[in-house]
Amino acid sequence: MTAVEPMTAVEIAVAVKSGRRSARSVVDEHLSAIQAGDPEVHAFNLVAAAQARARADEIDAAVASGRDPGPMAGVPVALKDNLCTRGMATTCSSRILEGWVPPYDAAVVERLRDAGAVVVGKTNMDEFAMGSSTENSAFGPTRNPCDHSRVPGGSSGGSAAAVAAGFAPVGLGSDTGGSIRQPAALCGVVGVKPTYGLVSRYGLVAFASSLDQIGPFTTTVADSAAVLDVISGPDGRDSTSIGAPQPRVADTLDDGVEGLRIGVLAELSGDGVAPDVAARLRAAVGALESAGARVAEASVPAAVYGLSAYYLIAPAEASSNLARYDGVRYGLRVDASSTPGMNTATRSSGFGDEVKRRIMLGTYALSAGYYDAYYGKAQKVRTLIVNDFASVWEQFDLLVSPTSPTTAFPLGERTADPLAMYMSDVCTVPVNLTGQAAMSVPYGVGHDGLPVGVQILAPALGEPVMFRAAAVLEASL
Amino acid sequence: MGQQRITRAECAHVAALARLELTDEELERFTGQLDELLDHVAEVEALDVEGLSATMHPLAIANVLRPDVPGAVLDREEVLAAAPLVEDGQFRVPPVLGEAP
Repeated sequence: MTAVEPMTAVEIAVAVKSGRRSARSVVDEHLSAIQAGDPEVHAFNLVAAAQARARADEIDAAVASGRDPGPMAGVPVALKDNLCTRGMATTCSSRILEGWVPPYDAAVVERLRDAGAVVVGKTNMDEFAMGSSTENSAFGPTRNPCDHSRVPGGSSGGSAAAVAAGFAPVGLGSDTGGSIRQPAALCGVVGVKPTYGLVSRYGLVAFASSLDQIGPFTTTVADSAAVLDVISGPDGRDSTSIGAPQPRVADTLDDGVEGLRIGVLAELSGDGVAPDVAARLRAAVGALESAGARVAEASVPAAVYGLSAYYLIAPAEASSNLARYDGVRYGLRVDASSTPGMNTATRSSGFGDEVKRRIMLGTYALSAGYYDAYYGKAQKVRTLIVNDFASVWEQFDLLVSPTSPTTAFPLGERTADPLAMYMSDVCTVPVNLTGQAAMSVPYGVGHDGLPVGVQILAPALGEPVMFRAAAVLEASL
Repeated sequence: MGQQRITRAECAHVAALARLELTDEELERFTGQLDELLDHVAEVEALDVEGLSATMHPLAIANVLRPDVPGAVLDREEVLAAAPLVEDGQFRVPPVLGEAP
């Protein structure tokens, strides 16, 4: 797919710190791969070549003068275009923010830069992270690097594709209902949705604030562990940030799954899952058993209502969060003779169809007369799901399911049918409602030769154990 | 599919609440699509959630207060540079009440 020497993030950092490789040569190689391959894939909205080269030179200067540039030294990183970057346009793939240059960096961007990483660009996404295929971008779709006629998944499809295509060893995405895990599965890379509150959301453009969480895409489990250890931790600028530092994930990566109780999540692994995807899940379960885990079927009955609760709660929160795009302080303004008229003209022209649909669905669910029936009810169903998971965690350390019911679908197949598109998220949304940790690990291919992902679910702050199982799955391939 | 859940008029009302202006074609299409989505998510109506409290947030979190110490703030000029229209260090907008002459 590309000429880039497939070094992992961990390998790059070691090579750069030791002086065996210059950060500049690593960055130049990846920029060349982007230049060669991205016109077809369209993973990036913006490639920051000059800034990346300058940053790489700084890293090399640090190494030359004997300073430690950090655990991500010289590692190229592709950032989803809803993560604020000071001095670098951040659009959320929306006309309404086109050309907006944030006056500050997101917390995760600061942390990665402080650790020596090099931002190579901003990646394409479904507009404001609303979608499951990256086709809802105002700047055109991203193509799946494994098959250019297929979607990469979404909404973080650009970051998933960038990592899968070898444009960057690390991508960051955001996951509100599966927007990291589902594209990771469809592109054949590792994708992690950390526990809600583990990673600061400061500087992440808000979609649904009680569900959004930032996480990594990488080609290996160890790389995701290394990135998570860099970006997680308390942050006073995010009021939902978990105050206490958590154990490093990378330290226990090789501890295996001997004696762990792992449940196959029945409600997400049966009806509606394609036979070839189900077969890969069975293979993964076999590998976990061979490694000493005790596997049994697990039931979370309320999980089947996750999608419905999600498609009421997330649009409701989005309708509130997106009220800020009013043409006053940043982004697009379409002039009119009054402020309300200007607000309406700006929003009608600047938002795409899916964003309008979700804003309207959310506004409706919150409106007088319907609040109790829809939004209020969905929040109680959310409690039902939280309670069901709480009982299952008394019997199991981890759960597994498919990440997506199918492999990557053809471009255009679901764009005219919102409900069919929403069904792509059926396996991933329950975890956002409960705030738990989950990740997708590539586990072979389906009958069409396209990647299949296995989802591992852990209780809140269960990342260390979750990564142990991911490492076992990766090693068993 | 049962009875229609959202009418064209309700859809237009919701759009107005959200400060969106829809063309006739959009209104027609969105009414149908929202109706189908609402019909699907309405499956939650049948669930017994008697006695359950609402989950607003996934984790048990409490308000955290930081010490009241001035910290770094964004540079005013840099923030205003991103605005569509600025005057005297402020965001400029058309008349809020009524129309411009």
